[in-house]
Amino acid sequence: MASTQINPTRMELTRLKRKLTTALRGHKLLKDKRDELMRQFLELVRENKALREKVEEGLAAANRNFVMARASMPDESVDVALMAPKQEVYLETETRNVMSVDIPVYQYKTRTSDPADIYSYGFAFTSADLDDAVKSLADLLPDLLRLAQVEKSCELMADEIEKTRRRVNALEHVMIPDTREKIRYITMKLDENERSTQIRLMKVKDMMLEEAHHYSQREQG
Amino acid sequence: MDKIAVLGDRDSIYGFAAVGLETCPVQGPEEAARMLHSLAEQGYAVIYVTESCYAQLGHELEKYKGVLKPAVLPIPGVYGNTGLGIARVKGFVEKAVGSDIIFGG
Repeated sequence: MASTQINPTRMELTRLKRKLTTALRGHKLLKDKRDELMRQFLELVRENKALREKVEEGLAAANRNFVMARASMPDESVDVALMAPKQEVYLETETRNVMSVDIPVYQYKTRTSDPADIYSYGFAFTSADLDDAVKSLADLLPDLLRLAQVEKSCELMADEIEKTRRRVNALEHVMIPDTREKIRYITMKLDENERSTQIRLMKVKDMMLEEAHHYSQREQG
Repeated sequence: MDKIAVLGDRDSIYGFAAVGLETCPVQGPEEAARMLHSLAEQGYAVIYVTESCYAQLGHELEKYKGVLKPAVLPIPGVYGNTGLGIARVKGFVEKAVGSDIIFGG
């Protein structure tokens, strides 16, 4: 299929050879990129798995605590207690470039300088269960934020790896063999042309000599 | 300065208000989708969504998959863990590697 639409010229041959060199270099680079991305991704995804398991476990415990708190207090009191939160969390989002993938890096800041300052209510009308519940959630917060960062990074990197893999495969299995085939075709064609010119010249030379010296007649005579 | 939001049914998320995250209680997929888009427009960097809500949102989430902000991720709600979060991570591995080599299955 490769040799259908190309001109067997020297110019085309040089162009194709240049294209092949570029393709080979690109292939090598992309392959390296894919390998490095994969290495980093696997590291990250292992952390992601561990973090997620930890966070899910922690959240389940926190939820249990909240259910307990609600059970031992009237709903209104819980609502009132949590109505005006004291604490606020801000994120500073930066990006880090890993093999051309921008992944987020979160730095978090809390409004009050003391991270333990989380209880937005007086202790008089609330049960201790609520304190526990809020505490368990607050302890989980750093992991929760780290999970967000890691999981988003994994998502973005997985996309990029898939893209890079496709590119590597396209180069390796389509582009490079195709170009090689075309180069081969042109070389063959050019060689063939050269041979046919050579033969033609020999023939012409023979004919001219024959005309000048009449070899065949002399042999007969 | 970016903020963090938690989206889901009220019972699962009200506790997050105490630790300083923005809580957005919603009911039903339409309201959740509307809220999600509006949060994303307001520039929230991280949006935690309860698993049940996440499952309902379906294709509404596609928009935020390839972009840096916001990071939308599922968390288990008060009604238990459906395994959606882990399944999502598993999906990343399958996408990147071609088959799941981390979770063993």
